[in-house]
Amino acid sequence: MITSIPLDYYLILSAFLFVTGIIGVITRRNAIIIFMSIELMLNAVNLSMVAFSAFSGDIAGQMFVFFIMAVAAAEAAVGLAIVLALFRRKKSVYVDEVNIMKW
Amino acid sequence: MNLQVILFSVFAIGAVASAIATISSRNPVASAMSLVAHFFMLAGLYLTLEAQFVAAVQVLVYAGAIMVLVVFVILLLNLGKEQQLAERGSVIRLTLGSFTAGLFALVIVLALLATPTGLNHLAKNAVEIGTTEAIGQSLFTQYLFPFEAVSLLLLAALIGAVILAKRSMKEGT
Repeated sequence: MITSIPLDYYLILSAFLFVTGIIGVITRRNAIIIFMSIELMLNAVNLSMVAFSAFSGDIAGQMFVFFIMAVAAAEAAVGLAIVLALFRRKKSVYVDEVNIMKW
Repeated sequence: MNLQVILFSVFAIGAVASAIATISSRNPVASAMSLVAHFFMLAGLYLTLEAQFVAAVQVLVYAGAIMVLVVFVILLLNLGKEQQLAERGSVIRLTLGSFTAGLFALVIVLALLATPTGLNHLAKNAVEIGTTEAIGQSLFTQYLFPFEAVSLLLLAALIGAVILAKRSMKEGT
């Protein structure tokens, strides 16, 4: 009885943010911006987790968000290290110029 | 029009706008700054859901730690000539990408409209479960094993990041 915003609104907002992240991953070439789009997608999922948690009164959703944040931090460290290593090797962070593993 | 509706609208519009600014900006630093704004908007949305701890961690970890890392990498790479490179093949990519993603959004929204959750109010204990006390209590009892597993994951990520980012020993490049 605290708020009058229905859960569906949060879920639709989360879906839009997730889709924004997908568009970023598909359309951008800069590896760092692709990385930031992945963070957008992770955060969109976090939003729906917190919304479910608050509306159902179950703490599990917020615990999951906590662990997702830890995984995102680990992913950020490794992903950015990969971008750095890539830049050293290819002098570029544009993903379509990297085709070492393309057969 | 009560305060909850106003807060939700402001944060939701801000979140969508900053997300679009993040993926559409040609300058990586502008993207990163939009993403910081996005994280603050999400922290505000978490507060409207009474999740204070998650909101605080969102600002500390995402807007604080991860974005500093991203900005440092942008700084290290010293990216130039963004404009001339960014255009090639972008129209068809943008069209197809937006079409696919729009289809995905349509599926989610239609699924939500077909099966409404029917939850219109926060749970009665929403304020209690969002506090640091409740999260900590749960974290160190029921979720102790995942918590310890995360520490191992972070250690592995730390070692991996150092090995990846340091200059290669064999090639000396």
